[in-house]
Amino acid sequence: MPYYVPPEQLMKDKADYARKGIARGKSILALEYVDGIFFIAENPSATLYKISEIYDRIAFAGVGKFNEFEQLRIGGIRLVDLKGYSYSREDVTAKSLANAYSQSLGNIFTSEVKPYECEILVASVGDTTNENELFHILYDGSVTDRQGWVAMGGQSDQLGSALEERYPDGPPDLKDAFRLGEEILQTVENRSMPPANLEVAILDRTRGRRKFRRLSVAQIEAILA
Amino acid sequence: MGESMADDLLRAPIFGSGASFSDLLKQAAVSPPPGNGIDKPLHVPEGTTVLAIRYLDGVIVAGDRRATEGFQISHRSIEKVFAADDMSAVAIAGAAGPAVEMVRLLQTELEHYEKVEGERLTLEGKANKLSQMIRANLPAALQGLVVVPLFAGFDEARNVGRIFKYDVTGGRYEEDDYHATGSGGKDARSSLKKRYNHGLTRDEVVKIAIEALFDAADEDVGTGGPDLVRDIFPTVVSITVDGTLEIPEDDIRALFNELISERREQMLLPHEHTVDVRRPRRGS
Repeated sequence: MPYYVPPEQLMKDKADYARKGIARGKSILALEYVDGIFFIAENPSATLYKISEIYDRIAFAGVGKFNEFEQLRIGGIRLVDLKGYSYSREDVTAKSLANAYSQSLGNIFTSEVKPYECEILVASVGDTTNENELFHILYDGSVTDRQGWVAMGGQSDQLGSALEERYPDGPPDLKDAFRLGEEILQTVENRSMPPANLEVAILDRTRGRRKFRRLSVAQIEAILA
Repeated sequence: MGESMADDLLRAPIFGSGASFSDLLKQAAVSPPPGNGIDKPLHVPEGTTVLAIRYLDGVIVAGDRRATEGFQISHRSIEKVFAADDMSAVAIAGAAGPAVEMVRLLQTELEHYEKVEGERLTLEGKANKLSQMIRANLPAALQGLVVVPLFAGFDEARNVGRIFKYDVTGGRYEEDDYHATGSGGKDARSSLKKRYNHGLTRDEVVKIAIEALFDAADEDVGTGGPDLVRDIFPTVVSITVDGTLEIPEDDIRALFNELISERREQMLLPHEHTVDVRRPRRGS
């Protein structure tokens, strides 16, 4: 015997469920810096990544349930590699990838029993800071196009208000971006995070074709020195 | 690419095509390089000399720039040496069209794997992948569209440069010191045989590679020598623990000029020839 559930109630329940799931996970920050985009997350695992390369200029970051954003990450790589191989590398854009993610997450949110408990970021580094793109995509498929910084995950509200206050007018250099990101993460989460527990990556426009680079503990120390 | 296909890809099970880009292509029905439908051999560009040499810090790969179609030159500055990824390079010999396409697929394949899995394939793994791609090309090869690349790279596990040659069925054979393939391959190998020894430095192997290519071009019509009129020179790429690096064209030009003047000195002056090379005597 089917019961009537008002769509409003249904959507609200799903959204609450998804938000609860995301709030349990650790947070990620993405900041624009002089040469590109800087990502920092607390991640004690050195092998299970939250931040990764998608294409030449595009990176992916996910928070929430690992298997769900991991599936989205691999799907995204498949999509762009196919597109780049069928047409040309220049035809792969962050906008179209973000759109595909948004469609998928939107469909899952409305038609599946359980929504995805994750939030993702599609970031693309341009030749100038103005050409950078940051697409923040939520569990229900809604997309926001951001500038300067993005905070995602459990503490995103507090991280966001801290960044609102402290992110400088122009993009900082890598060292300052790292210091700012690290400090805000530690203050908001209220615990210290040694470099080994941090996952740090950059999209660096000064690099060759593939702009994405993961920073090891030694490389972080070299930047801070 | 339609929206529904994008959605299918994003929601496909992770183990669907694993980290293999070729399998993904089949699922997406984007046609990989051709197979059949041709019932007689076609004329395709194929003259070539490409070679690879191991040295102390890694390996170099070099190739000439000429593409031929029968007795015609179809391209004077074609590229035959490609970086497959940061740690390996592939040099092509055989039918140019399918060969270039195979390289493009290999490059995408290696990068795809690296991104999905979060680490690079081993050199052995890359060599095997290329082997499968050559095997998949066998029906086309039987129609005359043969592709036999030369693959070389730096093995990060063993800390050495390694060279792999292939046959038309995808058979993969590792070479110890050096190898050359293509229509001028035999001439290049003969040249290398006399010059090569273990423990050469990069500059030394680049020098003998240039000499081998020069000798191959001297003997084989399908191989292009240095084109001094158009300023086109063979390409040489080195692969070491620091990655792939193309040797600057200026260095290659200088080496060729040096080699040419050396060779000139070894030649007899025109009036010293027993046969008059300038004006062969008629009727004698």
